[in-house]
Amino acid sequence: MSASKQTYTEDEYLEVNEYQPKSNTGRIANYVDTRVGGTSMVREFGRKVFPDHWTFMFGEVALYSFIITVISGAFLTFWFDPSMATTRYSGSYAPLQGLEMSMAYATSLELSFDVRGGLFMRQLHHWGALMFVLAMSVHMIRVFFTGAFRKPRELNWVVGASLLILGLGAGFTGYSLPDEVLSGNGLRIIDGMLKAIPVVGTYTSFFLFGGEFPGNEVIPRLYALHIFIIPALLLILIAVHLFMVVMHKHTQYPGPGRTERNVVGYPIGPVYAAKAGGFFFIVLGVLSLLAGTFQINALWNYGPYDPSPVQAGTQPDWYIGWFDGVLRIMPGFIGNIPLEFVLPTPWGGNAIATPVLVPMIPITLLLLGVFVWPWLETWITGDKREHHLLDRPRNAPTRTAFGVAMVVWYLVMWGAASSDLMATHFALSLNDVIYWLRAAFFLGPIIAYILTKRICLALQRKDREVALHGHEAGVIEVSADGEFHEKHKLPNEYELWTLVSYEAPAPSGPRPNAKGKITALEKLRARLNRIWFEDRVVPVSREEYLEVMSHHGHGPAALEAAESRQAITAGSSTDHR
Amino acid sequence: MKALSQKRRHPFAFVALLLLGLLLTGGLYAAATTVNQAQASNTPDGFSSEQVEEGERLFVANCATCHGMNAEGSDAGPSLVGVGAASVEFQVGTGRMPMQMQGPQAQQKPPQFNEEQTTQLAAYVASLGAGPGIPDDEWLDVDQGDPARGGELFRINCAMCHNAAGAGGALTEGKYAPSLHGVDAVHIYTAMTTGPQNMPVFNDANIPPEDKRDIIAFLKTYEKQGSPGGFSLGFLGPVSEGLLIWTLGLALLVGSMVWLTSRSS
Repeated sequence: MSASKQTYTEDEYLEVNEYQPKSNTGRIANYVDTRVGGTSMVREFGRKVFPDHWTFMFGEVALYSFIITVISGAFLTFWFDPSMATTRYSGSYAPLQGLEMSMAYATSLELSFDVRGGLFMRQLHHWGALMFVLAMSVHMIRVFFTGAFRKPRELNWVVGASLLILGLGAGFTGYSLPDEVLSGNGLRIIDGMLKAIPVVGTYTSFFLFGGEFPGNEVIPRLYALHIFIIPALLLILIAVHLFMVVMHKHTQYPGPGRTERNVVGYPIGPVYAAKAGGFFFIVLGVLSLLAGTFQINALWNYGPYDPSPVQAGTQPDWYIGWFDGVLRIMPGFIGNIPLEFVLPTPWGGNAIATPVLVPMIPITLLLLGVFVWPWLETWITGDKREHHLLDRPRNAPTRTAFGVAMVVWYLVMWGAASSDLMATHFALSLNDVIYWLRAAFFLGPIIAYILTKRICLALQRKDREVALHGHEAGVIEVSADGEFHEKHKLPNEYELWTLVSYEAPAPSGPRPNAKGKITALEKLRARLNRIWFEDRVVPVSREEYLEVMSHHGHGPAALEAAESRQAITAGSSTDHR
Repeated sequence: MKALSQKRRHPFAFVALLLLGLLLTGGLYAAATTVNQAQASNTPDGFSSEQVEEGERLFVANCATCHGMNAEGSDAGPSLVGVGAASVEFQVGTGRMPMQMQGPQAQQKPPQFNEEQTTQLAAYVASLGAGPGIPDDEWLDVDQGDPARGGELFRINCAMCHNAAGAGGALTEGKYAPSLHGVDAVHIYTAMTTGPQNMPVFNDANIPPEDKRDIIAFLKTYEKQGSPGGFSLGFLGPVSEGLLIWTLGLALLVGSMVWLTSRSS
């Protein structure tokens, strides 16, 4: 007691209250912490809870691939010289000895053959770039099909879509840097696309290339874009993306105990931090394995850029493939009628390169569609609530079907970029491959939509069946009076939850606006809304469930258990408006 | 001289001159035709008449069904008059002829005739009319070629169909440019001089023999070098790379994701 009454001077008081580390490490850590405030950050972020599911990790793969690409890219900048000045190659690769080429190509060859570890780093950089765009794409597909883009995450979806487009830009500018025949052909196609734009096309192309293609300017310009502007934008948007993920909290799949108001999972610290940190090294390991064992972009094959030759098997990297493919399936003539025409103008006429312009339409539509989709879906369904629980893809049949249709559309365009290799490797006629791809371009998405929607509805009906009548046990019983029937095993509570907790509202008709009028736009919305919901499969309702349970002659104990099942009440609101 | 000048107005002088002229032209013509015959029908350069005979026998037994009894061609196969020994060396030497079946183009398969028989067939076909011959060894000696120059020529003349790495490529309607990996030097050379299937002819005025040797030297250097960066993925460029990242790359990462998020039991 006497101690508590003891009075301290102000200096003594501060000293007593301050944490006194016992070891040297502790003292250093404490010194830093009192000046940086790490504790509060760890307290804030370390307690952030993330749900556990493997499909949530594609974004992480994208992030790590990006970091790996940045690090390996920094290594490459030490030797690469983005100059179109000509030189005579004198490096160690014999089949190019003494040829005239640009500094860009010569230093790329030097990196590949004369810099220790250079070829590995080049290949790591390239495989990393492929994986970066791949992971972003798969991540976007996951987010789309689970409905994770819904309120409040629409803006983050837009940030993600911008990241994907920037990723394409980063990849394409990098692909063009070594200035060999392959990348030159790629640039020539971009040049052609630019020049196809009516009126301003030629000016735009001359602006980019600093004169007539290829000129002496484009490689340094692409280099500035590739190593500075695009990565800077990517970094900023990645920061925004991650900040918004932390702010919104992560979405989770539906399940017992998971609601719109909680997140079920583990905190970041310490397990997730360790897992995520370890996962970086797994990604690095996988990419290094690829870089060390599989040759990528063998630029010594293609030779120094020369606008005259085009080589068989000239393709862009996979993510630009659909640009190339859609150009390949576009006909230049229909019968004997050329699709290209000259638009008469007062100053003499403007050539309209329809066969190059028209293929840009599906690409623009698809990219634009990605950006506006969250608002489009909200407008059609009229669902303006927040969603933190994800949809199982089958429980949003129309969205899933539409998404698959668009994926198929993309795949047709993408696959068309390898039409020549399909022909040689499957012993087909190149012409037939193109004809089939043209048909698939129009029919593929429609067939995919119908098939996917039917599959989703069938899966939902099966879910209903299992929820109400259980799984077929495969055991046939004979009753005393000779009747055969199969035993059914009812799902447990956890399974039942996932089977019944979803929404499928009835289509809502057109609603009048404030002035009491139904606009044409509202009629369109109502029609789309009907298409969206008309063949819905209604989730099992509580009454239905209890009726079936009692009908089956289950004992009172089973019925009581059934009544206590929260899942049914949770998911039984068929009409939420 | 004086006697001759005096007799130039002799009534028979005109007849004598005419006779002399006729004799001269006739004699020259006869000489010229025998020289031609000796080259064309009996023994073409570098072959013996025995080989021609043997070749004819093989031809009648194996090729005449499509190419006709005198190699004059039919609906099923072209005339072989003037295609030269080089064509036989390429078509028969790579197993493309005799053809297995009609199709967009003849398929490569194990050769059906041995070297001796191929030479005999070549001798027979060469005896039908002048055409490109089998190149001298000098032009096939890759040690004398310049691979860097050959590479440049290859990229300008060949890579648009055969791919920058010689991996082959598609042509229209089921036709294709085959892979050049593992093709004998003599077959690369004879393909250039004869233009088999859909390939254009690169004659000696277009690509001189020295340049052809450079191209062969490039292809052989390339073959020997392999792929410095690891597995080549068929030398097909971005498509096979994209396929690998979407299959093996994605599978490895999805596997580790599933492993990381699985709970230990």
